[in-house]
Amino acid sequence: MKLIFEKSVPGRHSSLLPACDVPAFDLPETRQEPLELPELCENDVSRHYTQLCQRVHGVNCGFYPLGSCTMKYNPRIDEEAAALPGFTGVHPLAPADSVKGCREVCELAAKYLCEISGMDGMTFQPAAGAHGEFTGVLLIKQYHDARGDKARTKIIVPDSAHGTNPATAAMCGYDVVNVASAPDGCVDLEALKAALGPDTAGLMLTNPNTVGIFDKNILEITRLVHEAGGLCYYDGANLNAVMGHVRPGDMGFDCIHMNLHKTFATPHGGGGPGAGAVGCKEFLKEFLPKSALMEGEGHIQVRGFAGNFLVVVRALAYLMTLGKEGVPEASTNAVLNANYLMEKIKGSFTPAFDRVCMHEFVLDLSEFKKETGVSALDVAKSLIDNGMHPPTMYFPLIVHEALMLEPTETESRETLDEAAEIFRKLYDLAHTDPEYMHHAPHHAQIGRPDEVAAARNPIVRWVKA
Amino acid sequence: MGSYVPGTAAEREQMLKAIGMEREDQLYADVPAQMLLTEPLNIPSGMSELEVRSKMEALAAENKVYKTVLRGAGAYDHYIPSIVKYIPAKEEFLTAYTPYQAEMSQGILQSIFEYQTMICQLTGMDVSNASVYDGATAAAEAAAMCRDRKRSVTLISAAAHPDTINTVRTYCYGANAELRIVPCKDGKTDLDALQSMLTPDVASVILQQPNFFGQLEDAKAIGEAVHAAKAMFVLSCDPLSLAILPTPKEVGADVMVGEGQCLGLPIAWGGPYLGIMATTTKNMRKLPGRIVGETHDDAGNKAYVLSLQAREQHIRREKASSNICSNEALCALTAGLYMATMGPEGMKEAARQTTAKAHYLQAELCKLPGVELKYNGPFYQEFVTVLPKRCEVLKALDAAGILGGLPLGENEILWCATEKNTRAELDRAVSIVKEVLAK
Repeated sequence: MKLIFEKSVPGRHSSLLPACDVPAFDLPETRQEPLELPELCENDVSRHYTQLCQRVHGVNCGFYPLGSCTMKYNPRIDEEAAALPGFTGVHPLAPADSVKGCREVCELAAKYLCEISGMDGMTFQPAAGAHGEFTGVLLIKQYHDARGDKARTKIIVPDSAHGTNPATAAMCGYDVVNVASAPDGCVDLEALKAALGPDTAGLMLTNPNTVGIFDKNILEITRLVHEAGGLCYYDGANLNAVMGHVRPGDMGFDCIHMNLHKTFATPHGGGGPGAGAVGCKEFLKEFLPKSALMEGEGHIQVRGFAGNFLVVVRALAYLMTLGKEGVPEASTNAVLNANYLMEKIKGSFTPAFDRVCMHEFVLDLSEFKKETGVSALDVAKSLIDNGMHPPTMYFPLIVHEALMLEPTETESRETLDEAAEIFRKLYDLAHTDPEYMHHAPHHAQIGRPDEVAAARNPIVRWVKA
Repeated sequence: MGSYVPGTAAEREQMLKAIGMEREDQLYADVPAQMLLTEPLNIPSGMSELEVRSKMEALAAENKVYKTVLRGAGAYDHYIPSIVKYIPAKEEFLTAYTPYQAEMSQGILQSIFEYQTMICQLTGMDVSNASVYDGATAAAEAAAMCRDRKRSVTLISAAAHPDTINTVRTYCYGANAELRIVPCKDGKTDLDALQSMLTPDVASVILQQPNFFGQLEDAKAIGEAVHAAKAMFVLSCDPLSLAILPTPKEVGADVMVGEGQCLGLPIAWGGPYLGIMATTTKNMRKLPGRIVGETHDDAGNKAYVLSLQAREQHIRREKASSNICSNEALCALTAGLYMATMGPEGMKEAARQTTAKAHYLQAELCKLPGVELKYNGPFYQEFVTVLPKRCEVLKALDAAGILGGLPLGENEILWCATEKNTRAELDRAVSIVKEVLAK
């Protein structure tokens, strides 16, 4: 498909603005370089983007069991709510009495999310999950600093963690201590004890963890960290498993981020905008970020103004729809769907941990690869030929040849049955025609791209021939 | 109550049976019993879609939407063409994840590649990333990308947006790096003060153009001073203004950052917005965030992929250039769509009209007795006046459905105009100010 620049015709345009009704003003210094943006009429633009969107697989197109990403259905009423002019047309610095609706949206969403997470305070300033992690770890840092405790220089992260956890700790000036997982994929208590000390600032953990198992020792884990003087940060990546059943606050966590774009059904937008709401216990509330311009100086601030407000609107509409009955029901069914799909796939592929899982599970294809030569990557790419988005690949790092599946609660039994059938078909194909799978996908928009060439010789913008 | 779970009671029962369970609570057998909630959540019962709609409409109705907005200060009420509202709502764009699987995400990858190209065309820089969270975090990320072992101090102009300064301060606090504020003189960055602050430990200097007070800085001279001290020059720009103002490249910026909200995104009480970051080829591998690159597939067809991933957290973990991953892709798509819809002439016209309206408003306001222009330097879209009865002026405008400028220090107002404001609207605002002052 052509780039938009290749469709440009000099002089073509849409008529959008009236003639200027005030005198022109000549600025003293102006741009000398020509401005070479594409020139198109509105229909050209419409067709171009429609063509682009036909080359995208969204949740609306089909099954999207991308583990750890919670690709649930995004309700359209939430989109309509976020598009209301009463929300989109509000200036962030408008007087307080003119923005009562915005404030109430945030207050209600904060109240409900505090109740779900077991926290006492909430900020919506962080714009994404990783941004929420950054904010959360800065709460920990401020807490120690405020006490004059300068010796705490380390953050403990399990080796099964998302890459954002260690990257966040490093951005917050901490040394990262990676703790090996126990054979069951959970925190190794002895390894944790060995890592803890007077230099421990905190622990970053998700529960259920990244292999989809609820760590039974969680109370002991958080107790040990607190005993050492550290704080516990809950990465809300996997909250969709436990809403309304168990709360991070009751597990002993001091602060938490929640991905409104996963757990609370706001759409991922091809990579944002989401929102990484950060909650904390009472004693950390004073350290929450604020906007210097909206609320004055003296607090940390992780971005301009109050955050991705329209994402909060969507999440609130979702929470209002589900309510106290629907929130735990969503989690129950996310867990039920994952266990059902795992059970169905078990006949062909092998789960890394063969036991009841939470909202997601990991397949270990290392034996299968030895047997057939077909890798997790080959299977993932073959799923594309079957109209299904592949699971998360090669994560967590503690499982080799990993495929991580998270079906979410909004998929029907037929979809899960079909997916299991596709997996079974591919399992058979790997035994009869592995070569075919090494070259998959065969029917996608493109074949496998050469990523090495892209990195070695970067072409990162279009240049006129 | 509302629910998006498709399974009927009978189906759920059969599925439970298939996994060898009888009751749903068995799914949570791993959770220690003392932690399990025994009471329902203390939130309201669920509602039907129709009820949720009315509730959300009622909340939106509690806000006041001004017919005329003369306030900017980091959020600008520009005209958004209809098509720029429609296209990002296409379900595929809306509901897809980050394009990790290039074979089924070419549309999103190409849209980002096109956005990156347009940002390069607009700024004159060589390479743009796929976006970061917003303008303030773009500045903070730029400070981080310029730091190294020998040079760890960041300087930022006191005339930058207060939220940008505070965000950069926070990111520096995280990294245990120092931030120093360069003072202002007459509403602009004080070049002499800056000269004296350019010590050998300074990694970068962040300048906002136009600055928070609307003034146009002498960016070129400041850039030369920064480079003479071997530091990096970070320029935070209003991207729409670049259609007519000298580009970051023309004034010698090493890193361009900016708030992309003015490129087709609604003001929406502060977000979602768009952080723009672009730099020179030399610094490409230091850029944080996603970058889309062109390559080919195994049959030689053109293909787009997330590239240069060796910089990123999922590969590098604690050694990554930033922890950023998903951020504002759909906003970047919207900005690209806006630029394509406006075209080069439309962008220039919007910027020209913006500056013309702002200057008209300024001239008319300053004709009123008692109203004075605070800073006399050239400006683009915003300016500060000193006037008596500030509170009454803003109240009277408010009552007429006009959001007046932002109150700053004593008796000061930071005004803003865009191409959306008609002459009649501006005249009306000025006559209201006149009336209040005449009382």
